[in-house]
Amino acid sequence: MKTLVYVDHFKGDIQPSSWEALGLAKTFGTAVALVFGSGVDEVVKAALEYGADEVLVADDASLADYRAETYASTLSAAASSSTPDLILFPTTARTREMAAMAAVDLNTGVLTDLIALEANGDSFVATRPIYEGKVLEKTVCSAKPVMATIRGRAFPKPEREAGKSGTITKVAAAGEAKSTVEGYSASEHAVNLGDAAVIVSGGRGVSNNPSLTPPDGMDEKQAEVWRAQQGFALITDLAQALDGAVGASRAAVDGGYITYAHQVGQTGKVVAPDLYIACGISGAIQHLVGMRNAKVIVAINKDADAPIFKQARYGVVGDLFQIVPALTEAMKKKLGK
Amino acid sequence: MKIIACIKQVPDSEAKVKAEDGQVTWGDAPLVINPFDEYAVEGALQQKEALGGTVTALCIGPESAKEALKHALAMGADEAVLVSDPALENIDTVGAAKVLAAAIQKIGDADMVMFGRQTLDNGAGLTPAQTAKVLGLPMLGWVGQIKVEEGSVTVERVLEEGRQIVKANLPAVLSLVQSIGEPRYPSFMGIRKASKATIPLWSLGDLGMDAPAPVVTRAELMNPPAQETAIEMIAGETPAEIADKLADKIIAEKVL
Repeated sequence: MKTLVYVDHFKGDIQPSSWEALGLAKTFGTAVALVFGSGVDEVVKAALEYGADEVLVADDASLADYRAETYASTLSAAASSSTPDLILFPTTARTREMAAMAAVDLNTGVLTDLIALEANGDSFVATRPIYEGKVLEKTVCSAKPVMATIRGRAFPKPEREAGKSGTITKVAAAGEAKSTVEGYSASEHAVNLGDAAVIVSGGRGVSNNPSLTPPDGMDEKQAEVWRAQQGFALITDLAQALDGAVGASRAAVDGGYITYAHQVGQTGKVVAPDLYIACGISGAIQHLVGMRNAKVIVAINKDADAPIFKQARYGVVGDLFQIVPALTEAMKKKLGK
Repeated sequence: MKIIACIKQVPDSEAKVKAEDGQVTWGDAPLVINPFDEYAVEGALQQKEALGGTVTALCIGPESAKEALKHALAMGADEAVLVSDPALENIDTVGAAKVLAAAIQKIGDADMVMFGRQTLDNGAGLTPAQTAKVLGLPMLGWVGQIKVEEGSVTVERVLEEGRQIVKANLPAVLSLVQSIGEPRYPSFMGIRKASKATIPLWSLGDLGMDAPAPVVTRAELMNPPAQETAIEMIAGETPAEIADKLADKIIAEKVL
């Protein structure tokens, strides 16, 4: 069977679960990578090195910025001419959108956020969580190509083989953009919670360090945010010591302590890292649905009755402002950092 | 400014949802407006307040879904429309987009169509972009801020990579995220108004269409494997001692 694999990237910064999709595609037969953008030679090279049998590349100034219409139409055109059985994507805001629109062009459907995918005759059966992961469904798409987005870290990542080459075929950009990109904010770093093996998260409790004295001239709210930012600096130190990402509860985001991109939970990101350390997070259901599938959950909270302890494998009742820095030091020492 | 906010009714987040005899059940837990869609209603009301105009809430669902529309009315929406037809029970997201597109055209003259990012039940997050595609309108997804000027809309999209500023001509389809602002609570007056509102119910015949045949269908439902939740509390005399014990436990899990 032939699979197209869309390699999702933002200005050359590649979404790592694209390679997991490529690895999955190889288990079904031929894997053809799709790379869109402007000046994307490095992405094409990486796709070949991660095992693509061929790369279809639309390298065009009109694709420099992602726009739903041009990316979806270019995808539809490539799929129409190369007639794959399956098109795989990593699950991101972009891929959900472009796959959704291309499915309308191609008279097919999209199976999203898959945790398993099996060939079944000449079609596929997908497994995906629904109702916030409370239930799993097996789902099928009766049309071809089957389009599917996979959940990050649900499938093995193939090894990169440096210098591996393969066929590179140019395809045309298609469609007309219906929007213009006016700019990006430069101040924020990419937050890839979906791909992180370790996530250290902070909640409302991160703003409660009584031993800190905010600079003069701050009102109460400014002082609270300032305190929380000092707290998140401790969380960030621990995350860095573990090569992990920084997450947050909704309370922390609503409090203005950290940006929405860090939010884990119902209206933020659903994550399943190997290790999740919740600091100063009480464990509202809205947060729990976003992280309960982590392999190992550690909870640090001063309230012994916090619901987060019901989900955790290890718990510490204590002051996160003392425990978190001590844990950072202990981990650094034991990991030889 | 005429704004249509598309909403869905789903089981409450606290509901104990499970698979039972091939069906999804949630006991007697209440059905509520999809929490993501409250941002769509909130964003629509903010624009109505800034620019004048009307907000129409639109929903596909059984007759009981009128309760979700009443919530939108109580928040401040001016009108509500329910598309309800037994033939719609098994539609997929493309089908839902086609039905919504037909209803949006029947309502007519929309400047902006607003969605939540995804629903809490199916969670695919495909319908907003598919509706834009069917209508041939610009799609602006994951929007946290909206500014309308003379015939165009400029939005701030909240993405994994940071914030992106995008401009499109109106009419346009938007999906909204939490950064738009906390959804307002229905006011007492709003609840009274909503309780008296007549919500028109449109069938597929009223939209002049047949039920779209689903391409994506469910084959099986399963409950996820039960999780072991035995917790081990780590205690000690000093933070350093607790941290040392905890670090050993974490390393022994072999997850790093």
